[in-house]
Amino acid sequence: MTVALLAAWQAAVWLFALPPFILPGPLRVLAALRDNAGLIAHHAAITAAEVALGLVLGVALGAATAIGLAASPLARALLRPALVATQALPVFALAPILTLWLGYGLASKVLMAVLIIYFPVTSAFFDGLMRTPRGWLDLGRTMGASPRRLMWRVRVPAAVPALASGLRLAAVYAPIGAVIGEWVGAAGGLGYLMLLANGRAKTDLMFAALLVLAALTLALYWAVNRGCDRLTARMA
Amino acid sequence: MSAPGVTLAGTARFGGTALFEDVRLSLAGGRWTCLLGPSGCGKSTLLRLIAGLETGAAFAGEVAASDGRPIAGRVAYMAQDDLLMPWLDVAGNVALGARLRGEAADTGRRDALIARLGLAEHARKRPAALSGGQRQRVALARTLMEERPVVLLDEPFSALDARTRVDMQELAAETLAGRTVLLVTHDPAEAARMGDAVWLMEGGALHAVPVPGSAAIRPVSDPETLRFGADLLTRLRAA
Repeated sequence: MTVALLAAWQAAVWLFALPPFILPGPLRVLAALRDNAGLIAHHAAITAAEVALGLVLGVALGAATAIGLAASPLARALLRPALVATQALPVFALAPILTLWLGYGLASKVLMAVLIIYFPVTSAFFDGLMRTPRGWLDLGRTMGASPRRLMWRVRVPAAVPALASGLRLAAVYAPIGAVIGEWVGAAGGLGYLMLLANGRAKTDLMFAALLVLAALTLALYWAVNRGCDRLTARMA
Repeated sequence: MSAPGVTLAGTARFGGTALFEDVRLSLAGGRWTCLLGPSGCGKSTLLRLIAGLETGAAFAGEVAASDGRPIAGRVAYMAQDDLLMPWLDVAGNVALGARLRGEAADTGRRDALIARLGLAEHARKRPAALSGGQRQRVALARTLMEERPVVLLDEPFSALDARTRVDMQELAAETLAGRTVLLVTHDPAEAARMGDAVWLMEGGALHAVPVPGSAAIRPVSDPETLRFGADLLTRLRAA
């Protein structure tokens, strides 16, 4: 499949005699990858750091919000409409503002990643927390469990599969957030490198950076998915 | 542990319609009371009211213990679903109550109960690795671990196959002896075997049914018990 795609790609380049600044062939992209390995690795490390930090922070904040909402009807009444309303605002549109406030460094990209994964994680985990089987809650109540222990020892473990589906989404979304942040204004990262290469008509380098970004996202998804599978298996 | 009697008296309504009206159910202290009725007749609601659980119905009346002390905190609950936590092993599930109250579990008593119910070799297994009958034995061990004088059983044996069900009935009768037990069931044969007293719930009303002279738990093949079961079935069908 991959080989066929690559062959079709190379064939298209030859057949239509596309100039390399429009569509470089895979061989040319690989060559750019090899020639710029150090440069790409440097920028990939920056993006990876943004994504990792964003993922950890975004999941922690999302999970904490979900537990807070599930624990308190008052928090649900006050915060849930606000939370949904914030989703009417495209996160992408905030990128320039975040760059203005937080500068060209890591912080604005991490925050973009956090913002983009916060809602899916909160929403998935919250749904899981509100769907604890009634029998378990009944049992806990007759046993004299406090709401707090019922939360931590029954509702949270029971909602782990729901949290896992939120995490899987987050793993795919977080790199999008980081790259958008880089496009708006950055001093490094794969998104920044792509813009830079584009500006200098180094399309092969742009494709090489894109390739590495895709590989990074796939690797992240694979790792998170595996972790989630293990966690879910332990809980079920 | 001296087990008090329990009385529930009152009316429960769902919206405008009465689920049951002006009923009075009394459970004799230290005895098995069976509450028999068709599905959806409100018998589980009665049990949940005694347990102090959410019912969705508006209840006007009272639930009282014969010793005048509150019932809350003196009730153990077991349902048709074993309600085992899949992320805890058998030992963890048996000691769930202590875990949920933030107390240290009495591991000696826990292990003794696990052994008594024939689960010693499964103590470290997760519920998913057990059969339906074994899982329900774990649920029974968890119920016993609570050491509550009042035990409320909501059709705990109805999902088991016939042989396992009879075994579980005997095990439950033996291990819960001396406690005030309410067994809600839709199985007349089960009520006939298990009840020191049997109540029939029909059309929102409760009737006490006279039971055979022999003491519960009655043998499966006892002719009098079989006839009693058949009578109960007949009354259930007529209701």
